[in-house]
Amino acid sequence: MRVLVVEDDRETALFLQRSLKENGHVADIAGDGELGLALAREGGWDVLIVDRMLPRLDGLSLIEALRREGARTPVLILSALGEVDDRVKGLRAGGDDYLTKPYAYTELLARIEALARRPAPEEQVTRYMIGDLTLDRLSHKVTRGGQAIALQPREFRLLEYLMRNAGQVVTRTMLLQNVWDYHFDPQTNVIDVHISRLRSKIDRGFAKPLLHTVRGSGYMIRDGAD
Amino acid sequence: MTALTKLIASFPFRLTVAYMGAFVLAAALIVLYIAWQANELLTSKAIDTLGSEVASLRAQFQAGGPQGAERLEGAIRYRVREPGSGLYLLVDADGTRRAGNLPAVPPTLVPDGQGQLFSYRRTGEGEGAGERFAVGLSISVSGGYTLIVARDIEDQRQFAASIGRVALWSFGLLSLLGVGAGILISRSMLARIEAVTETSRKIMAGDLSRRIALTGSGDELDRLAESLNAMLARIEELLLALREVSDNIAHDLKTPLNRLRNRAEAALRSGDGSGAYRDGLAKTIEEADELIKTFNSLLLIARLEGGAIAESMAPLDPAAVIGDIAELYEPAAEEAGLTLAVSARSGLSLIANRELVSQAVANLVDNAIKYSTAPVPAPADGGMATPPSAASITISLEQVGPNVEITVGDRGPGIAPQNRERALQRFVRLEKARSLPGAGLGLSLVAAVARMHGGGVRLEDNAPGLRVVLSLPASAQLTTARSDAASNHPI
Repeated sequence: MRVLVVEDDRETALFLQRSLKENGHVADIAGDGELGLALAREGGWDVLIVDRMLPRLDGLSLIEALRREGARTPVLILSALGEVDDRVKGLRAGGDDYLTKPYAYTELLARIEALARRPAPEEQVTRYMIGDLTLDRLSHKVTRGGQAIALQPREFRLLEYLMRNAGQVVTRTMLLQNVWDYHFDPQTNVIDVHISRLRSKIDRGFAKPLLHTVRGSGYMIRDGAD
Repeated sequence: MTALTKLIASFPFRLTVAYMGAFVLAAALIVLYIAWQANELLTSKAIDTLGSEVASLRAQFQAGGPQGAERLEGAIRYRVREPGSGLYLLVDADGTRRAGNLPAVPPTLVPDGQGQLFSYRRTGEGEGAGERFAVGLSISVSGGYTLIVARDIEDQRQFAASIGRVALWSFGLLSLLGVGAGILISRSMLARIEAVTETSRKIMAGDLSRRIALTGSGDELDRLAESLNAMLARIEELLLALREVSDNIAHDLKTPLNRLRNRAEAALRSGDGSGAYRDGLAKTIEEADELIKTFNSLLLIARLEGGAIAESMAPLDPAAVIGDIAELYEPAAEEAGLTLAVSARSGLSLIANRELVSQAVANLVDNAIKYSTAPVPAPADGGMATPPSAASITISLEQVGPNVEITVGDRGPGIAPQNRERALQRFVRLEKARSLPGAGLGLSLVAAVARMHGGGVRLEDNAPGLRVVLSLPASAQLTTARSDAASNHPI
């Protein structure tokens, strides 16, 4: 995955570059908004990480300019401003996801991986399959090994989100945002309990577990050995 | 600046003096005009009278024929004898005085003129002797005689002069009174304004508890002082809150920061290899995450208290909001051995920020779960006892008067009535809660959300347990919300 990091803090940018490299990605750095826009225009990026406050050209203007030119590269906005209104502004400007500083690197990684693999809107997948687990988005039916599994509506959406991002880490915050549409952190780990309920429905009684916990990051649904 | 220059420089003083000056000037002009007019009138009247007298004397002269001059002399002598008479003089062609009480022909009097002012010296009598003024006519009568008929206007002039003097004095006195009144008014005004200045100086010097004293008259200065006092109270409240926050940050954030530092240090020192380092670092990150959460809550509370998020409000169904939260927490509650019961009235509406109201209700449910399952200290044997497993958490929604009330009740230890007020403040964690995780910002965040929406929070006895009532104004009162605000939560 090729990532462009538009971030003026050199240390943060270098940390991201090094960390992304460790995860097998290639990252380039632009230290200001104008350079960032120029590099982004060249194309070939899978994802852009754009800081909101940048010298020369601020992050939101950069994204707006790109979107006006028709570029559809997914953008993750990084910002120290994290209130509801700020996030809404960021997404309205054309950002695809919004992460508030300070963030955990694993959170950032999970999000850009989800962004880079996000299917284009025209690709409407109607059925997800992982191993012998099938989720049909039209009939709202879930089966594993030919056996129907009854899920609550929210459990269905939870599984749907996990399956859409199959093979990738999905953090608790991502689940809260995408499945429940909440942007705050609950004190108790409510998500964990939902996951363990879902797990008991889809994994119990089957030899091979599909829903895995990724320590320190979140969850992942995948077919394969641990 | 001395007291006097301060007084003179004061606005009320200058105002009073300006008023007085304008008034005195106008009055003086009017009085002068009246005096001048009266003088003119009297003079012209005197001249008229003189005219008719001259005509009558001339008639006598003509009627006398050759003895006209003698008759005229007689008539003049006769008239002169009358008390308070006019002034007369008859002079023959040689300039010899023939009759009359004027000593000589006044040199300034033009013969056959229109009648004019001249000065003369009165002969004889002691009183009123000296130079006096008169108006007179000088007529040439046939035979070379010159007849002068005049009226003494000295008394009139004296009267006018005395009126002038009286006016001068009274205006002087009036001015003095005005200045005096100005000084008095300004002093009382200055004293009151000085009190405000003095108070504000003391406040600037750091004594925020100072207030401007009211006179109780309810006048505009009192009202101004009242508004200023209200403003000061608000500022003090905010400053105290700020001070409290910084104190609490110093205390509540320094403690975990110190813990974090200790952990890192201990891991570094342990020398047990990478496993210990890994463990130490993981715990350090955990601590850092907790700190970040605390910071975020603090910032959010600060933003809410600034009212900065008020624009992102949209109509929403409170039943859906609490239904979603209950759905989110139900597994966690069950895990903790609690039941979560929702009784929501449908058909209610709020204009609110979904995210914030959800977060507030989530905090309440979080707390309810935390305190329902909290080990209750049992001092008798020093051990811990857990509450009965039948404990349930209730979430209810109803309309009470103009408000929508969301109530979250638990069967935990509750909060004693005397501690309820304090529990809503930032960072306050009642002693019993010290052992539980959390920064103590949950309830104060709920309170801040309620305030931002124009509502409030009450803590009540759930007998047993705690009931927290989040009261928000129903949307009928808030009709000015943006209609496009529904698009505020994309994704």
